[in-house]
This record gives sequence, C-alpha cells and structure tokens, in this order.
Amino acid sequence: MTEADTALRPDLAVILRRVEAGSRALDVGCGDGALMAALRAKGVDARGIEIDGALVADCVGQGLSVVQGDADRDLTFYPDGAFDYAILSQTLQTAERPDKMLRELLRVGRRAFVSFPNFAYWRMRWALLSRGRMPVTRHLPVSWYATQNIHHVTVKDFEALADELGVAIERRWFFTNERAVGEAQANWRAEYALFEVS
Amino acid sequence: MTKPQTLSLAQPLLLDGGGTLRDVRIAYETYGELNEERSNAILVCHALTGDQYLASTHPVTGKPGWWERMVGPGKPIDTGRFHVVCANVIGSCLGSTGPASESPGGGPYAMAFPVITIRDMVRGLVALLDGLHIEKLHAVVGGSMGGMQALSLASNFPDRVARVLAIATTARHSAQNIAFHEVGRQAIMADPEWREGHYYSHDNAPDAGLAVARMAAHITYLSEEGLTEKFGRRLQDRDTPGFGFDADFQVESYLRYQGSGFTRRFDANSYLYITRAMDYFDLAQEHGGSLAEAFRASAARFCLVSFDTDWLYPTEESRHVVHALNAVAKPVSFVELSAPYGHDSFLLDVPALDKVVGGFLND
Repeated sequence: MTEADTALRPDLAVILRRVEAGSRALDVGCGDGALMAALRAKGVDARGIEIDGALVADCVGQGLSVVQGDADRDLTFYPDGAFDYAILSQTLQTAERPDKMLRELLRVGRRAFVSFPNFAYWRMRWALLSRGRMPVTRHLPVSWYATQNIHHVTVKDFEALADELGVAIERRWFFTNERAVGEAQANWRAEYALFEVS
Repeated sequence: MTKPQTLSLAQPLLLDGGGTLRDVRIAYETYGELNEERSNAILVCHALTGDQYLASTHPVTGKPGWWERMVGPGKPIDTGRFHVVCANVIGSCLGSTGPASESPGGGPYAMAFPVITIRDMVRGLVALLDGLHIEKLHAVVGGSMGGMQALSLASNFPDRVARVLAIATTARHSAQNIAFHEVGRQAIMADPEWREGHYYSHDNAPDAGLAVARMAAHITYLSEEGLTEKFGRRLQDRDTPGFGFDADFQVESYLRYQGSGFTRRFDANSYLYITRAMDYFDLAQEHGGSLAEAFRASAARFCLVSFDTDWLYPTEESRHVVHALNAVAKPVSFVELSAPYGHDSFLLDVPALDKVVGGFLND
C-alpha cells in the first residue's frame, strides 16, 4: 500500500487501487476531495460533484475540478460514457431514487464503484431487535429524524437491485471496523460494502 | 511597478456589427515579469465601468487599483509568479479607442462609433496579446462583464488560453439585465446635455443622466441584505425627516455620492456603448444556439464562481454554463460562495474566493 492508500478510508483505498492511471473518473459526492487528490496523484483525470459549497471551495482551492451540484439532478448533464469510472461512496442511501442513481452512474461511466453502509450488519439488527430503536452507529451517526440516509439498504438488497436492473457485479469488498472482512455471511458481518459494477 | 502603456493595432478590427474600427489603440497595464517561455501570462478582464488599473493607482481618482486585494506579490493572482495583463476594453474611455476618441474624419466619434460586442472587445484583447507576443495565456480571469470576455475568449480563441476563471457572470444577458441597462441609457439620453452624443466640445457633459444611470446600476450590484445592513432606514446628518426631497436617508446620500463620483471618471457615451455590448452578449447564439458547442473546441480548464446574494447574475446563470461544459465533458469547477455583498462580492473581502482563485490558478 502506498502512503495515500493508508490515509484513505478502506473502501476509497480499494477504489484508488482499481482505477488505472490515465483513465477518467467522476467522484459523485467527493466530499473534501481526498480520493480525487489521490487519484490525481496517480495520473487519473478525476472530476467531482459535491453539494456542500464549503467542501467544494476546499477542493477547488486544492486545484481539483469539482462542481457544486446535486447528484440527484446534475448527473443528467454529463454525456453517455464520459467517464471510465463513476464513483459513489457512502452516498447511495441518500439518493432520492437509488435505482435511478445506479443507472445514471453506469450511463456516464463505463464502470461504477458504489459503497454504502449495510443496514443488515449484525449490530444494526441487534440494536433494532433488542432496543426497538433505529440504530445510531459510526457509519450511520445521525438520528432517524435528521439523517440524510433516506433509503437504507443491505448487501442483499443491493445485489437484488443490480440483478433487477441488469447491472453486472464485477467485484465486491466488505469492511468492518475499517478492516476488510471476507464474503462469507457478509450481510451479517459487514459494516459497509463496496461493489464494482458495470 | 507599472508604467502606462498603449499598443496601436496595425490591423483594423473587424466587428460583429459588420463595420471595421481603424487605428485602434489599446491601453493596458502589466504587473509581474513575463517568463522566458512567455507562458506565465494571466489576462484579467475588467467589468463595465472598470479599467486597466487593476493593481495600480487610478490616474483620475487616485484610488488603489480595483482588484489590489486579489492581485499582487503573494496574493491569489501572484505577480511574483505570473505576468498579469489588464487592458481597457475598446469602447471605454481610459486610453483605449472609444466614442470619445478622435475619429478618422476628425473630431470625436461620439455616436458615429460603431456598436461593438463582447466578442469585439475580446478581438481587441487578442490583438494586444499578439502585440505582446503572448501566444497562450496561463489563464484568463474576469468578473461580471470581465467573466463574459473570459468565456468569449475561451470559446472564440480556444487555442489562446489554458485556464478560464469566470466569476459572477453569465453566458447571456437576461431580459432583466437588458432592462436595467436600458433605464441607464435612457437616463443619459434624456439629459439635454447629452446632445445626441455630441457634448465633447461643450462645457457640460450629461453628468446628471450618467449619475442616474450609475445610481440605478449600483443598486443592482448590491444585495437587499447588504443595503439594509449598511443603511437601513437611517437618516443622513439629521434626527427627524426633513419632509422635502433632499437626501434624507443615508442610502440616498450614498447613491448620489456614487453617481456624481462616477461622472468624474467615466464617459457617458462609453456607458451607452459598453452596456449595449453586454446586452447583445449571448454566447450560445454565436454558436448555432448551443452553449455546449461554444466550448467544444476548448482544451482549457474552467472554473465558475457565483455568489448566493448576487441577483444580477444569479447562480443559475453560472450553473447553465457549467452544464454546457459538462455536456462536452470539459474539466470544470464550480462553486456558489456565500457572501453578503451581492454582485459586488467578487470585488470585496470574501476569503473563500481568494482560496478558490489561488487554488485554480496555481495548480
């Protein structure tokens, strides 16, 4: 692993490894631009969309090409196949329509990386079962009434959606406590998941 | 640090309106050294009533340059690193050829000056770059009408620029923009001292009309929030209303001051011609109706910045440009910054703008 890898969240580090130098990538919901900066250092033509103006100003201040916009609306302005990769990290569950978002990602990108918190992670299930309250965790830290996560999703839900939309799952990775975990019983054991789809 | 300079163009300028402009002079200022490769030049384009005194004292008003907070050694547009060029646009009145200039037939052009467009202004600027042997700009930067020139240059001279920074601007003048300009023009032309533009040989210029034009325009440069905070309903130099038509309110007094100050540094006919050029600006129309097509040939990186309180060129106008750039897959950044000062925010203390400008240009 390079130094940039270790500074990144594990799902982003995987994406960084997978995206080849010289390719074009769109980071949808790019936040503070950490992944974009690392991609750029690797020689990737990285562009970003971010809704938070202060974060966009930070990104542009670093020389990154980031557009302030709403992923639910602004992806439509990009032509088909404009990018080799579209990246949506920890944002799918905030989309107005995650199914349409997934289709849009694979319209503007030949491939897409999608990561999301797994609502079927055993701690979630346990919190709901034992306390009967919506879980509040590290990856879902906001109470139900204030959360932007309006479409909670599980590993199995995502796989079913991909199947429904005819989206091919190329690879998948699972993480708990910021460490990779195996595929076995991932829908129980994974705190969040990353899929590479096409 | 700087010396007044003027370039006389060897070739006449062919204009969008079909005419030609001969013996064109372009007055400009430069800051910072041009490197040996001639690759570190940044062209800054000024706004409607701006001028080439970007970061040096204005010869008429004695005030500091209009963007000194942005341009200088170690500043976001770093003259320690870049060779910064700023020229007075044609049609203006600070040394470049405009309606007050001597016409080939003798005497000032006045209303015989041809109606020009933003693209014509840009043709003048590109002719200046030719004269300065600057083949490709590191960047073109502009706010308001300066942003229109930046977009026009990127679109019409795509090989001449590597970065385009367009702030608080638009790719087309809206009906509301045209309407406000028309109010200003009518104020000038209603002034009996205007004399169909032939006031240069008379004692009086249409200062009253020009001042009203400036007052009306000035309101569009500010936000309601900014006006309320700065003036509210406070009275000027009195405790009770005067029940007359003196400038009772501070905001009135301020606008009158702005209006009369403006007439000392600006030519009324230039105001007519430059507002007209802005009204005709529609970058898409120049390119078969498609704004995306306007940018297709460009290899530049773009950055657009809008301000949340700017109602003259609101964020939607910048977004419209961004979407056109997205449609042809151009590298573009865009941010709406929060600032209380309305359209004028691009000239004022907005630290986030400094960061964006510096980051974009220094990459």
